[in-house]
Amino acid sequence: MQLYSRRVWTNRIGIALSMGAMLFGLLALLWILWTLFYNGFSALSWEFFTEDTPAPGSEGGGLRNAIVGSLMIVGMTTLVSTPIGILAGIYLAEFGTTSKFAAMTRFVTDIMLSAPSIVIGLFVYALMVATLGGFSGWAGSVALSLIAVPVVVRTTENMLLLVPTALREAAFAVGAPRWQVSLKVTLRAVKAGVVTGILLAIARVTGETAPLLFTALNNQFYSTDMSQPMGNLPVVIFQFAMSPYENWVNLAWGGALLIALFVLGVNILARVLFRKKSTD
Amino acid sequence: MRAAQAPVDLHAEQVRKFKLQDFLFHQVTLAFAFLVLAALVGILISLAMEALPVFRESGPAFLWTNVWNVPEDQYGALSAIYGTVVTSIIALVIAVPVSFGIALFLTETCPVWLRRPLGTAIELLAGVPSIIYGIWGLFVFAPLFAAHVQPHLQAALGDVPVIGGWFAGPPIGIGILTAGIVLSLMVIPFVASVMRDVFETVPPALKESAYGVGCTTWEVVIHVVLPYTRVGVIGGIMLGLGRALGETMAVTFVIGNANRIVGSLYAPGTSIASTLANEFGEADPGLHISALFALGLVLFIITFVVLAISRWLIRRSVAKQGR
Repeated sequence: MQLYSRRVWTNRIGIALSMGAMLFGLLALLWILWTLFYNGFSALSWEFFTEDTPAPGSEGGGLRNAIVGSLMIVGMTTLVSTPIGILAGIYLAEFGTTSKFAAMTRFVTDIMLSAPSIVIGLFVYALMVATLGGFSGWAGSVALSLIAVPVVVRTTENMLLLVPTALREAAFAVGAPRWQVSLKVTLRAVKAGVVTGILLAIARVTGETAPLLFTALNNQFYSTDMSQPMGNLPVVIFQFAMSPYENWVNLAWGGALLIALFVLGVNILARVLFRKKSTD
Repeated sequence: MRAAQAPVDLHAEQVRKFKLQDFLFHQVTLAFAFLVLAALVGILISLAMEALPVFRESGPAFLWTNVWNVPEDQYGALSAIYGTVVTSIIALVIAVPVSFGIALFLTETCPVWLRRPLGTAIELLAGVPSIIYGIWGLFVFAPLFAAHVQPHLQAALGDVPVIGGWFAGPPIGIGILTAGIVLSLMVIPFVASVMRDVFETVPPALKESAYGVGCTTWEVVIHVVLPYTRVGVIGGIMLGLGRALGETMAVTFVIGNANRIVGSLYAPGTSIASTLANEFGEADPGLHISALFALGLVLFIITFVVLAISRWLIRRSVAKQGR
């Protein structure tokens, strides 16, 4: 009887602890989101979107240059990494199921998914900034692309592997060449999945700060010239949050809220899109 | 294709064209796959080249020298490596049990209708950019921690031999312990997701037979699920470790950025990533920048090894499912 009650109590305590852990995780999420909304919304205003980042010590100001810069850098990243990621993913799924080279690429892609992003910033600094003479929006986009490409490669490959072989064989049987089968049959069959991968990549790079610190740097002024240093939300948040000026810190909160809303929104969109597809 | 013969010329022409196109398509996709591989090699080579001057100056001793003196151009990586490792260990000490609890709850006790929304919430937590954790840690968590937790911890544990020293010094809220805690919140979603996924690979028949002989849920998890998924669980922990080691923004905000080694976890310190974030932008060309590249190289190699082991373990564990 004693053994029995000991086992029952061990079980109860264990289950209670696991529920506690779940609660802890959820509360942490809610706490972070709540402070973000609380501090962030008070910073949002018309000026927030229409004025540029203020000089040290001056009043007011907004984040227009940073928002535009972030959109341009992330947009360019998407344009660069989508074709590269999809084509590399096609190679892994369609041609590289058995080759050693593909296995190695797969391995490296997996590592790059979690590689420290600041090191990628260092690499692009050595590759582009030090050699081409200066920080630029282009360098920022290249750094972010290095982070985005692995995400697209892996989702594209995983999605393509889900396509039934019969579909490929049917296309081959009517005489379609391989490239048409890949691009017009299998890739089209998993369109929603691939778009999900691209969205996840966008969500991933939008909040990345470390790779932009030494590549796009920052720009206090409004600029759409990608060959110059470029303002961007993450770096502005980093600099402003660490500053002693109250209006800078407020702007940092506003920027953080903006980024978090965007990233969460894209994440949710990706999920909805993929779920709709998989229930078809 | 060779079997079809009808109007010979036209068909052969077409087949030749297709073959050429296919060859090109194959090569193009191969080239892009190669690009991914080349990026990794490029990172290693460029970091190593840029780091060369400092290694030429101080040799491998760079790795275990505890000095970081910019004005006198003397550099050693020890304090940064120490901060990186200690914050990551703190993060794992907190994150591993919590993640285990979350995974256990999601796979065993959670009502089925709640599993999906709760699982999604945890995954969304993984999507929150690290700078958000940083700014939250600096403005919200650190002050609360300094005012309401650190003094009590100090009072309770400060006199215990050995570990008492960890809680010495003024409770200022910013330091290695805070960085480790913020880091743990960042890592939990990754570890919990992997653990949940590998827990789900346990064949139901195995669990049911344990339940059938009268095991409690806890016993099933400890004696059936955990042994079955051991490899994958360790892989998940290594993935979390890889993330923690390389994390920049969440740490830079709250670690205090002091290039020294102090026994107390309350004291400010630095990590490799936060040193890079703070100093690289203003570093002078020459030895300083080379030392920073060397730090980056060290970080990249450490995380590479950790992530490689993690991937290998997770793969092995998930592959078992198909058997």
